[in-house]
Amino acid sequence: MTIHLSIVLFLPLASGLVAALLPGRLARSAVLAGPLAVLAYVIVMLFDYESGGGLQWVTNDEWISELGISYKLGVDGLNLFLIALTAIAWVPCTLVAAFSVVERPRLYFFHLALAETAVLGAFMAQDLALFIVFFDLMLVPFYFLIGGWGSGERVRATTKFVIYTLSGSLLMLAAAIALGVLATPDGGEISFALSDLQQRSIAEGSQHWIVLLFALAFFVKAPLFPLHGWVPETYRSTSIPVLALLSGVLSKVGVYGFLRIVLPVMPDGAQYWQELFIIVAVFSILYGSILAFSQDNVRLVLAYSSIAQLGFIVLGIFLFEEKGAQGALFQMLNHGLVTVPLFLILGVIAIRARGSESLSALGGMAFRAPVLAGLFLVISLATLAMPGSGNFIGEMLILFGAFEDNLVYGLVASVGVVLAAVYMIRLYQGTMHGRVGSAVESIDIDRVNLAAIAPLVAVIVALGVYPNFVIDRTEKDVAKNVAAAKRVTNPEVSVIK
Amino acid sequence: MSALLAQVQAPEIDYKELSPLFALVGGSVIVLMVGLLGSRFARAVIVPVLTAVALLTAIGLTIWIWEPGNRDPILEGALGVDTLALGISMLFYVAGLVTVVLSLRSLATEQAGHGEYHSLLLGSIAGMVVLAGSESLMTLFIGFELLSIPLYVLCATHLHRRTSLEAGLKYLVVGSVGSATLLYGLALVFGATGAMEFDAISGVLERGEVSPSDPLLLTGVALCATGLAFKASVAPFHQWTPDVYQGAPTPITTFMAVATKAAAFAIFIRLFDHALGWAELDWAPALAVLAAVTIVIGNVGAIPQRSVKRMLAWSSVAQAGYLLAGVVVHTELGVRATAFYLAVYLLMNVAAFAVVVARERVSEHGDDLRSFENLGTISPWLAWPMTIAMLSLAGFPATGGFIGKFYLIDASVAGDYTWLGIAIVIGSVLSLAYYLRLIAVMWMGRYEVELPTVPPRRVRPVAGWSPEADARAQPEVVAVAVLFAAATIAVGLYPDPLFDVARDVSSALPNLH
Repeated sequence: MTIHLSIVLFLPLASGLVAALLPGRLARSAVLAGPLAVLAYVIVMLFDYESGGGLQWVTNDEWISELGISYKLGVDGLNLFLIALTAIAWVPCTLVAAFSVVERPRLYFFHLALAETAVLGAFMAQDLALFIVFFDLMLVPFYFLIGGWGSGERVRATTKFVIYTLSGSLLMLAAAIALGVLATPDGGEISFALSDLQQRSIAEGSQHWIVLLFALAFFVKAPLFPLHGWVPETYRSTSIPVLALLSGVLSKVGVYGFLRIVLPVMPDGAQYWQELFIIVAVFSILYGSILAFSQDNVRLVLAYSSIAQLGFIVLGIFLFEEKGAQGALFQMLNHGLVTVPLFLILGVIAIRARGSESLSALGGMAFRAPVLAGLFLVISLATLAMPGSGNFIGEMLILFGAFEDNLVYGLVASVGVVLAAVYMIRLYQGTMHGRVGSAVESIDIDRVNLAAIAPLVAVIVALGVYPNFVIDRTEKDVAKNVAAAKRVTNPEVSVIK
Repeated sequence: MSALLAQVQAPEIDYKELSPLFALVGGSVIVLMVGLLGSRFARAVIVPVLTAVALLTAIGLTIWIWEPGNRDPILEGALGVDTLALGISMLFYVAGLVTVVLSLRSLATEQAGHGEYHSLLLGSIAGMVVLAGSESLMTLFIGFELLSIPLYVLCATHLHRRTSLEAGLKYLVVGSVGSATLLYGLALVFGATGAMEFDAISGVLERGEVSPSDPLLLTGVALCATGLAFKASVAPFHQWTPDVYQGAPTPITTFMAVATKAAAFAIFIRLFDHALGWAELDWAPALAVLAAVTIVIGNVGAIPQRSVKRMLAWSSVAQAGYLLAGVVVHTELGVRATAFYLAVYLLMNVAAFAVVVARERVSEHGDDLRSFENLGTISPWLAWPMTIAMLSLAGFPATGGFIGKFYLIDASVAGDYTWLGIAIVIGSVLSLAYYLRLIAVMWMGRYEVELPTVPPRRVRPVAGWSPEADARAQPEVVAVAVLFAAATIAVGLYPDPLFDVARDVSSALPNLH
């Protein structure tokens, strides 16, 4: 079967445009049609995918030849499951949004759909400039979604979010252009296609600062300590479905960029900063875990837990060997799959507590809400990496890699795993068990949210049971993308043993 | 007597190549005459139509004589009618057409007289065409003055508003200082090189007859740069910009923002990248520093502005810095990037200013941020163009502004001015603070911007007081905004045609790296 990635890419935008033109009721079904169709298409892709077959279903057209930018899309093991994650995550979030947004719904749907197209584009792009186009384009719908439909200090929050993220990505733009120009051989045509950049080489000295600017952009997006300044306000002010996507899916785009662009194209530069980035990752694990443990606002518990999880992922990538990178990629998928339903559940909880999101005011909700509590329990256990969950396998792979590399990093990262258990259990207990909070009504989950969350839980369980579905399809491409960085890693300078 | 006349050789006049200029000057005279007619219909309808016809004729003639490649200047080497001149002239014509449309309901045309207003507009455009095509120091100055003098008057055409008169006077004083500086600089360059024509100056420098470190030449170059910097609002010669932009009637502000800027950069390219190209070391580092300073000052200056016109004025200062980067690198790529960005700059600024025109006429808050509150709900046909213009100015992808900045950074890096590329990026980051604020005001409901407010003013209702009716009452302004916003997006998605034109434009100059 031939699969056209452009169709997958622009389906959501098309449905969003249609929804924007239809009257309210119809708009609701139209906006759901896009993500559902994408999901169907992606499921076909998952089974049609040929493991280890390199880049598949490539679309390669000239876009802006003057600047060497091509419209090149392709799927391999590296992005297959991130595309799947995007497709999976957008359906429940759109569903919940469709039934909860009252104010200017059509504009909301349009932005939500545009966001899906932008995220899919960033994952599919096989051209550096195209990647940046989609990377920046993502910000536009999220800027409006947070500022227009958020709560509290939403305008401040969204402005901060966009300025933080765009500062990073504009610096990355300059670095990317420099990369393209410097890599162009004398008399050659400038090209930003990743395959061309990989073959051309640039001087090691230039790689250093270029990689640093890329890393800034990706760290802000992830977010990693100490570039997470935008996180608390944004997480507080964003509406739940949007936040689920922001935390579950968008955070992966940056770290994916490391695997896709930085490691294969600039291995020397990546190697130069390896030590620093690992330290940043380890710090993020500790910092995120400790803060997650001490937060009262349920959203912020998850916000800081994300920082810790992203720290794990970056740690896995910068070990420069297959096991760690494989674990990181698997963990990107797992983290996305648990974060989206976690936030949706928080939304459900907040409705039952008259909007309160403070752990001290919540509690005892499991009493008359067994289904809600059950779903929440499964997701919590997966998040804290219970053996038998996909997260367990992902974190173990990263930890194995870390211990092989350096005992200290391995030990510190393990502390993060332990703390994760503590803060997730605290979150679960604080909301579901204990004394019934003053404003809490224990009502079981409603049908819309059940329809949104239950399938996600099923996917989480399935991945725990059969992780090889992912590993088989990704390992060859992961190995290929870390190979260059692994080769240049010089034991004397890379890690002090 | 006849023997004497026979000795004076009149330059051969190439009517075909000069035809766009004839259309403009002829149009200017005819419009002035028609404006004297008694009937109101003739003044309010025929005059704008004739002006538009003159501009459209000039566009048609320009396309007719369009021929890429390096060509010899006409009129004894005084005026270049190459693709650089013609391509940039197109921007003047489009800006002129927009100004005519935006002025249709403007009080300024009533107060100053339709004929005079439009005649001055065409005269100024003629000056710009001469300036963009000047191939000799003399033509340069003639074009420069022909451009400026009508503009001084046009700024003051809101006769009954003090700020408009103040703007005109301020522009006159500052502009005269700029002209004087430029004239002095031109004289010194002539003194150093002994040549008037750009080709000859370039030749003298190429053969090393004058050393680039010659003090006379150095002083001349510095004074020329200063004079042109006044016109292009390059810092630190930009102080007049916010006041004049705010005071002038908004259609004229639109015209100044896009057309004057394009004219100033056309002559920047011609004078520095062509005539003084061989003395690159004299001016390139200095202009690079000016560009970086301009980027920072413009963007920082825009942040505390409540008046959208002032904000756009400061933003135009910042954009001048970006544009200068393309001149500094002295490469073909740089010229292309500058030309491309000028076109994109026209599209996004016209969209933004058209919305300001529309709002200013109906809102008691004038061009204050407050008159844009909730525009997304009140009047989406105005809010969307403004949003697109702001996103494009800030450099978001899928807009022309992104491609333009990409091109300029590309040119900077390829021309070994990587730090200037980084400066462009840092400027863009700063600019988010004020571009996003305007978007937030339009779409994200009432929220207090922590800046001092402007007292409300009285306005004439255009069509009742309902915003919808007001929007319907000035369809031509809405049409301009929507059209140019759509073009901004179109260029962002499919820039190839504009790239081709930019390539043609850069092909006009020899001696580029």
